[in-house]
Amino acid sequence: MARNANKSLQAKLVLLGDMGAGKTSLVLRFVKGQFSEYQESTIGAAFFTQVLSLNEATVKFDIWDTAGQERYHSLAPMYYRGAAAAIVVYDITSMDSFVRAKKWVREVQRQANSSLTMLLVANKADLEDERKVSNEEGEEYAKENGLSFLETSAKTAQNVNELFYEIGKRLAKAKSSHETGMRLHSRAGQDRGGLFCCA
Amino acid sequence: MDEEYDVIVLGTGLKECILSGLLSVDGLKVLHMDRNDYYGGESTSLNLNQLWKRFRGDDKPPAQLGASRDYNIDMNPKFIMANGNLVRVLIHTDVTKYLSFKAVDGSFVFNKGKVHKVPSNDMEALKSPLMGLFEKRRARKFFIFVQNYIENDPKTHEGMDLTRVTTKELIAKYGLDYNTIDFIGHALALHREDNYLSEPALDTVKRMKLYAESLARFQGGSPYIYPLYGLGELPQAFARLSAVYGGTYMLNKPECKVEFDEGGKVVGVTSEGETAKCKKVVCDPSYLPGKVRKVGRVARAIAIMSHPIPSTDDSHSVQIILPQKQLNRNSDMYLFCCSYTHNVAPKGKFIAFVSTEAETDQPAIELKPGIDLLGPVDEIFFDIYDRYEPVNEPSLDNCFISTSYDATTHFESTVDDVLNMYTLITGKVIDLSVDLSAASAAEE
Repeated sequence: MARNANKSLQAKLVLLGDMGAGKTSLVLRFVKGQFSEYQESTIGAAFFTQVLSLNEATVKFDIWDTAGQERYHSLAPMYYRGAAAAIVVYDITSMDSFVRAKKWVREVQRQANSSLTMLLVANKADLEDERKVSNEEGEEYAKENGLSFLETSAKTAQNVNELFYEIGKRLAKAKSSHETGMRLHSRAGQDRGGLFCCA
Repeated sequence: MDEEYDVIVLGTGLKECILSGLLSVDGLKVLHMDRNDYYGGESTSLNLNQLWKRFRGDDKPPAQLGASRDYNIDMNPKFIMANGNLVRVLIHTDVTKYLSFKAVDGSFVFNKGKVHKVPSNDMEALKSPLMGLFEKRRARKFFIFVQNYIENDPKTHEGMDLTRVTTKELIAKYGLDYNTIDFIGHALALHREDNYLSEPALDTVKRMKLYAESLARFQGGSPYIYPLYGLGELPQAFARLSAVYGGTYMLNKPECKVEFDEGGKVVGVTSEGETAKCKKVVCDPSYLPGKVRKVGRVARAIAIMSHPIPSTDDSHSVQIILPQKQLNRNSDMYLFCCSYTHNVAPKGKFIAFVSTEAETDQPAIELKPGIDLLGPVDEIFFDIYDRYEPVNEPSLDNCFISTSYDATTHFESTVDDVLNMYTLITGKVIDLSVDLSAASAAEE
């Protein structure tokens, strides 16, 4: 097998799931190593980038959070556009959030491209006493739908890095289906010859 | 819904979404609703099934056109000037991170029955078959004057005050003939009518500079860029900006009835029996039909093709302007084509649009000069829509209504309307003087 240690790829990763399932908390734990017990509904920042160095490749994640647009089922199609991976999150202390997670899985299957990597994540695993959704239930549903499954806790950081490493590894293995567009930036000092350059 | 908002925005067209985003960033509490179950309103991009539903009723699209979801067909096709106001707004709001763009391959003009590449600088002008040899020399001199012209540096003004000298007088000074003036005015300065000739030349010179500076951002081709997956991405990106800053989004809300008090001031919006209170309403003309008047109609054709437009150097994305005089019309006609290279159609397919300010009730006949340039088409659709502008007094009723999109193939007039509305709503002026010279585009 040919191996290219310098392979680098950029991947859009989207988070889905009910309000309060812990989408933003998972990302903040991964990106900033922080956890806040009373994370506000997502305001001000819903786009994170994080670089992950694996043996196989360097993966630059563009992580999209829902910005609350899931609340009234008004998530825009652009959210799914070009996504390489999707994380569907539910809260183990809420059966409702698990039922809704199944709807999100179907929505991703409908909207996103077929090569997308999808993971089902059971969050708030630290709240074992209040558990309403068993590990087996989650695992079984994931299996039926060909998804990877992980139980996480953004609070204790359990499985959070593992989650993103797992996605990174899968993407590094998969053939990259890379867009050829350009991004406009306002930062100075990126000029390379011309003011604009197209991929 | 039973909360009080600073602003309720109705309709998720591009103008409404930019305003929603700007107002949320300002810290205002915004509720944004749309009667449709999709984003974009009149500036959405349709997939093939949606297109057929809109124009062909119950018929199904033929299988050889490919998968419906591979199509993103703009309902309001326009290109983005690389150095224009929309790019400034995109950078100002940092919405660019949600979007990917590609340069548009070509910019052409219809002149004396033929399609020509638009020369935009002195070197291109020398090569262009649009002009004879002597005319080229004169045009080159004029282009050099425009390129060197700096508004606040009198040394570059060659002794002329362009706030007083008319375009006609300026062009006369360089001895340019009628055909040259026609393509400069319509294809470079992007004027829609000929009254620019009797107006101060400064506006035309600035427009030419915008064109040239936009063009200079690329390795040739055109001054335009266009987002991957179509223009429908733009309202979605600004809606996301608004949501990120706390804006609440509700699609598929029927009715959206604007409520007023006895004094005629807006007090809220009712949908499905619930009323959300607000201080101000921002909307497109369709939500307040009693406060707008019809100002014109746009005739357009949408074609699906399997080849680029002939005579455009195999351009996979292109604009062709057909100036009014070349067609003996009162308004210019615009051709716009994009393709699978911008992810708006499956591999090998092209989407072309022909549009103009309607002067008759028969778009198929009226648009013929443009359609004749397309060559064979797989499918073609014709349409006429009305354009509206507000007639209310926002200071009295607190309703801020956008003007319908015009037939132009770029966004300059769209952004002007948005910026004016923003100032009316907030009393503030947006400083869009972002340092575009420091802006760059990175490979993804």
